[in-house]
Amino acid sequence: MIHVEHLHKSFGSVHAVDDVSFEVSRGEVVGLLGPNGAGKTTTMRVITGYLSANEGLVSVDGVPVSEDGMETRQKIGYLPENSPLYLDMEVYEFLSYIARLRNVSAKKINRRIIEMIEICGLKSVIGRQAGKLSKGYRQRVGLAAAMIHKPPILILDEPTSGLDPNQIYEIRELIKNIGQERTVILSTHIMQEVEATCSRALIINSGKLVAHGTIDELLNRSGAHINYTVSIKATRRQIEERVTLLNNVNFGEWLTDELSEHQRLTLRCSDRTNHSEEIFNWAVKNAFILTELTHETTSLESVFRELTQN
Amino acid sequence: MKNNIFIIAKKEYKAYFLSPIAYVYLITFLVIVNWLFFRSFFLVGQADMRQFFGMMPWIFLFFVPAVAMSKWSEERKLGTLELLFTLPIRDIDIIIAKFLAGVGLIATALILTFPIAITVALVGNPDWGPIIGGYLGLLLLGGAYLSIGLMISSLTENQIIAFILGVFLCFIILIIGTPMVIGGTSNFITNILQYAGFTPHFDSISRGVVDSSDIVYYFSVMGLFLYINERILKGIARR
Ligand SMILES: Nc1ncnc2c1ncn2[C@@H]1O[C@H](COP(=O)(O)OP(=O)(O)OP(=O)(O)O)[C@@H](O)[C@H]1O
Ligand SMILES: [Mg+2]
Repeated sequence: MIHVEHLHKSFGSVHAVDDVSFEVSRGEVVGLLGPNGAGKTTTMRVITGYLSANEGLVSVDGVPVSEDGMETRQKIGYLPENSPLYLDMEVYEFLSYIARLRNVSAKKINRRIIEMIEICGLKSVIGRQAGKLSKGYRQRVGLAAAMIHKPPILILDEPTSGLDPNQIYEIRELIKNIGQERTVILSTHIMQEVEATCSRALIINSGKLVAHGTIDELLNRSGAHINYTVSIKATRRQIEERVTLLNNVNFGEWLTDELSEHQRLTLRCSDRTNHSEEIFNWAVKNAFILTELTHETTSLESVFRELTQN
Repeated sequence: MKNNIFIIAKKEYKAYFLSPIAYVYLITFLVIVNWLFFRSFFLVGQADMRQFFGMMPWIFLFFVPAVAMSKWSEERKLGTLELLFTLPIRDIDIIIAKFLAGVGLIATALILTFPIAITVALVGNPDWGPIIGGYLGLLLLGGAYLSIGLMISSLTENQIIAFILGVFLCFIILIIGTPMVIGGTSNFITNILQYAGFTPHFDSISRGVVDSSDIVYYFSVMGLFLYINERILKGIARR
């Protein structure tokens, strides 16, 4: 549905996007991840036709995107970064303006606005001036404007920035729902967002695509592992003798004093399945009294850090 | 397509009145115009509008760039330019729509000066040719100023800079064709300057002589600056 091939865009001597290629098919929710200045916004601006590429090809449904590409523009709903709005317009007026310019037929405009009020939770602000809204509500109005014409493709630049946790949850649910039948590309710095909403992630750094794949693929390729922290009422020697009996789980490091009768240590395993039960059974079998068992997954966050730290 | 121009032009025209700005402009404009006009009207006691049409290019020199200054600079500052230029509308339609909205406000201002014409008609027996010609000339001159102001406005995010540069550029084009600048001589260069400047064209229309070449001139100026405006908005304004 969206096809990006060897995209290159520079501003003077800054290579904002440097030879990026990817493909997004219908019904996918793809996360565009990257640190500040990575080139996420620039990539989106090229896809929406706001900026033209220096080199490379971008097409939507087989139609190349160009500055005058009305056809591709009509298919895309776009939420620009920071959700710019006409500040002196009322929310209702603004949505109806965008709807008309998006070729929503006059008969349907009201119905679409009512749907958007429902979906984006705009009931309390619909008659207010956009300039007087809080950041979160501006974001929601921008999202409503992006979706007002039911576009098959949604491009959302940091859709949850500035929202409170409840709103973030709602918007993510919304994106997941939309993503079932439509194509969504969203950018974010928040890893949980990608885990929560996206089927696939593209990680870009300094304009280059450094990794892409499903969440699991990304986690596996970086040699991710799980760390367990365990406290056992036993001496080091006793634990050392038995720890090798664990399958797939290896000793990590001691966290307490050598002579303590109550040892705290870490165990690590290299696959991504949960071994807590196995560790518990092992402790029971060896008559260890377990006072703590927690685990910590290498998150997408550390994958992100690994890939984007220069 | 036509429809889009209409929708945007209407929104842009209404936008003037959403903030107090339009009222401030219009009231200031009318107070100054009426004061300047009636001051000399009662002094000279002549029942025509020559005086009025003589000073209007100078008043428009400040009024019109003020009408234009925020039109693109605000869009750039707020980031709504990105919203606007990713809608399925041709860039040139958006530009024409903004231009028409500005022309609408200028026309509104001119209509609000009709009481002056009516007063003149009540007091004396004026020749209507120059009055109708004068208003037509002012609308064309206002449109030309506006196209310059809009073009300048797309170059910056700062309205004040847009205003000052707009006034300056309009001023240059207003004076280049006048005898003050070209002197009494007539050669190739002065002929070009005379043709390029606003004043000679405005003067002939406001004498009541509506020559098609003057009209072509004004439309060419508007077309040229709106075209430059489009190039700027496609290029550097988005960077
Ligand atoms: N209009 C512009 N003029 C000059 N340089 C620009 C412009 N827009 C972006 N850049 C540069 O291009 C690079 C990529 O910017 P971009 O906005 O795409 O990053 P981003 O990934 O969206 O960052 P963020 O997470 O901060 O939003 C940066 O180095 C930025 O400085
Ligand atoms: Mg960005």
